[in-house]
Amino acid sequence: MTLTMSAYDDVVARYAPVIGLETHVELGTVSKMFCGCSTRFGSEPNTQVCPVCLGLPGALPVANARAIEATILIGLALNCSIASWCRFARKNYFYPDMPKNFQISQYDEPLCTDGWVDVLLDGVAYRIEIERVHLEEDTGKSLHVGGSTGRIHGSMHSLVDFNRAGIPLVEIVTKPVPGTGALAPEVARAYVTELRGILRSLGVSDVRMEEGSMRCDVNTSLSRVDSDAWGTRTETKNVNSLRSVERAVRSEIVRQAAVLDAGQRVIQETRHFHENSGESTAGRSKEEATDYRYFPEPDLVPLAPDTEWVERLRATLPELPSARRCRLQATWGLSDAEMDALTNAGALDLIEATVAAGASAEDARKWWLGDLSRRANESGVELEELAVTPAQVAQLAGLVTTGRVNDKLARQALSGVLAGEGSPEEVVTARGLEVVSDTGELGTAVDEAIAAAPDIAAKVRGGKVAAAGALVGAVMRATRGQADAQVVRELILARLDQA
Amino acid sequence: MTDLTRMDAAALAAEIAAGGASAVEVAQAHLDRITAVDAKIHAFLRVDADGALAAARAVDEKRAAGEVLGPLAGVPLAMKDVVVTRGLVSTSGSKILQGWIPPYDATITSRVREAGIVMLGKTNMDEFAMGSSTENSAYGPSHNPWDLDRVPGGSSGGSSAAVSAYEAPLGIGTDTGGSIRQPAAVTGLVGHKPTYGGVSRYGLIAFSSSLDQAGPLTRTVLDAALLHEVIGGHDPADSTSIAAPVPAVVAAAREGARADLSGLRVGVVRELSGDGYEPGVLDSFAGAVQLLSDLGATITEVSCPHFGYALPAYYLIAPSECSSNLARFDAVRYGLRVGDDGVRGLEEVMSLTREAGFGAEVKRRVILGTYALSSGYYDAYYGQAQKVRTLISRDFAAAFETCDVLISPTTPTVAFPLGARVDDPMAMYAADLCTLPASLAGTPAISVPCGLSDGLPVGLQVMAPALADDRCYRVAAAVETAVAGRDGQPILAAGQSL
Ligand SMILES: [Zn+2]
Repeated sequence: MTLTMSAYDDVVARYAPVIGLETHVELGTVSKMFCGCSTRFGSEPNTQVCPVCLGLPGALPVANARAIEATILIGLALNCSIASWCRFARKNYFYPDMPKNFQISQYDEPLCTDGWVDVLLDGVAYRIEIERVHLEEDTGKSLHVGGSTGRIHGSMHSLVDFNRAGIPLVEIVTKPVPGTGALAPEVARAYVTELRGILRSLGVSDVRMEEGSMRCDVNTSLSRVDSDAWGTRTETKNVNSLRSVERAVRSEIVRQAAVLDAGQRVIQETRHFHENSGESTAGRSKEEATDYRYFPEPDLVPLAPDTEWVERLRATLPELPSARRCRLQATWGLSDAEMDALTNAGALDLIEATVAAGASAEDARKWWLGDLSRRANESGVELEELAVTPAQVAQLAGLVTTGRVNDKLARQALSGVLAGEGSPEEVVTARGLEVVSDTGELGTAVDEAIAAAPDIAAKVRGGKVAAAGALVGAVMRATRGQADAQVVRELILARLDQA
Repeated sequence: MTDLTRMDAAALAAEIAAGGASAVEVAQAHLDRITAVDAKIHAFLRVDADGALAAARAVDEKRAAGEVLGPLAGVPLAMKDVVVTRGLVSTSGSKILQGWIPPYDATITSRVREAGIVMLGKTNMDEFAMGSSTENSAYGPSHNPWDLDRVPGGSSGGSSAAVSAYEAPLGIGTDTGGSIRQPAAVTGLVGHKPTYGGVSRYGLIAFSSSLDQAGPLTRTVLDAALLHEVIGGHDPADSTSIAAPVPAVVAAAREGARADLSGLRVGVVRELSGDGYEPGVLDSFAGAVQLLSDLGATITEVSCPHFGYALPAYYLIAPSECSSNLARFDAVRYGLRVGDDGVRGLEEVMSLTREAGFGAEVKRRVILGTYALSSGYYDAYYGQAQKVRTLISRDFAAAFETCDVLISPTTPTVAFPLGARVDDPMAMYAADLCTLPASLAGTPAISVPCGLSDGLPVGLQVMAPALADDRCYRVAAAVETAVAGRDGQPILAAGQSL
């Protein structure tokens, strides 16, 4: 049965979305959560394992103090209360990539609770309340071989890599976020962007969504705009980029509206997001959910971070993104809206690095939010995924400032850089893009242009300086745009006694 | 020459250190004894003669090189199969781990090896330590050397049978609800359950994590203390291990052997007697109370009103934890795999494996525990049991305000006949009635032989506050000395000889 999808604007005029986000972040500790194994990414399968993370009979976990500290830091950065006493809990379910068939996690006693973070959109602040931040261990990774889908169904056999099993994982859960209206997808994205910035500034994770070190589950529900009752929520998993966070919320809002418009009810379920189509498909229904049989982990003593420890960690908090934004906004002299646009485009770090590499703030902003944003959008990637570095953008801006290329040539040079032809400097040389400013060479072109249009030349000589534009155009055509128009103009006026 | 297998561990170590016998001779004598009697006893699941002789040779070489030997160097030991041993199959008495060779040593295994103790092999046990008779072993029961038609206790019945039958002077057991003390009592041995956290659990195949403790099973109190000092002490690999020095149990055992308990305040737990206790057991217990009084202790009766709830609380907590601990046996990474024909799916193979690999008692407890932890039942069962546990700890704390140690019979009955309780789980569970409170409270307790009932040994349980294991040893050693004085010989000497 096909549902009729309405346009997004129409949907949000009739329904109010409520969103919520659960974010998993792999901590960048040297060793795993409960054993001494390395956490290095990309090693040969099953080379970073031991009796503990393989769940061999008799092996016992010992909590990694660095991971606990990192979690407390995250809690503090998100304005949470830090529990003075809490426990790990076992989450019991069978899955072949989970060595013990239970995951050591936290249940009703999380390490951090009740925080908040503000995200800014078009100069408006949205407060996202944080329900909890807790610490757990990651599972291994299954590879299903022989099927067409890469899923377990239809595969011939499955391989399990336990290198990831036991890597410390922090789960950050928001409270439901109502009141964002049509902006729900953008708010969701802005929150994840902000969270990623905070985690990066804390240095606790490399927060690479594409490598899975930061993963998002997005909860969405709809209520009618004239009703206070929240609808049934779904949880969309496998949302692995900032762009996908926004797309996942948007597509789920449209899908749920179609379900409701058809007079059906939204089923509480887990849905899988597909990067390519931007759509999600139904997964496990929560209405027949697993009973995880949580109970306090008896192999670990309770966690009891004392005030002194917490305060010592608080004192080490680095400048957080919000403070940094205020500082940079003042330094760069930008308006709130300009600053929000730049932040939400994920361009802050890039612009700061570009300025650090020698560009002016204005140039850096112009490049990243202008041409580069357009190109990123066209190819459906994040700004930072473009094949150009801030240093290269600074170099490009420098070439324009010194007059070696004009804007048009600079854009051509950028295309070359993105195509992997080298630095802007190298592309300009290789493609011969440099502005022709040699007055000798230009002089010939100017003389030819004057000779070819004696009537116009006469007008200029007679004092009608504006008529010189036609001659400038002719010279530019003759030099295929590589001449510096200002220099050409000056040469023409000098030849015609108007300088 | 004296029969090396009849010597206790302390004497053997002294003999080896003095050059009276080599460690290899001692090991060989015990291997020969095993060959001679274990067909009847079935204490061992597997004997590692090569490993044992190699370990013994290493001790002899050290001695020849003039190195100082540890206090138990060269003394043979029977290791319960629940303890993981690198390179030596460890099954925890279960079919599901048949043939599993661990790639690592438990902490206590390494400590035993480093002490120069000679591990003879792995002993039989109730599957995953669930039982009181070894009849739940997937590999058949062990027999009590005192009467081959009776059980040697459980779950550490293989170790108790081995030590009692002179197949080894030292045994390691584990105690979750009484699995060291009860087998010790019914085979005439000394068995100590240390303070929870006193001995590392790293490498014990977990049954119930919040209760499991390894400890010694020996023929004398001093031997138990010597082994306790080898295996005890902080282990960074076990988060629940206590960062404190091992209590001075050897010194306490020596002090106790002087048989003077003047000024010691002994509490008799009222709730651990009465209905269900055999008259012969109560008689022996009364005799022990008299002995303690004769040794100078003051005896009072104390009430621990919540001890009566220990059994139901235990049978919620232990199954709950085991339902989770045993989830890892899923045919994916090691152990048994049944029905993997290339057609059946993962879940079906997992199911068939667990169906075939687990025995009835294990399944009973996994199902019970799964139910007790389910959403909607957790508070009523697991949560409530944890509250009872707290109340039992408070009973202990109150009693220890007026007493230095508490005593009771170790078990309500002497060794029961094989098969007598296999079809009656509740009767089987009752064997642990007296030992459960100290397990739930995490406090130390020892069982020491105190008499005979119709020719079968009876154990006296001595319980002390957490970390005061030395008190258990001191009192037990005093009782051991006094009983030998009263009877003219140690209890074990009355055992039938095979
Ligand atoms: Zn590991």
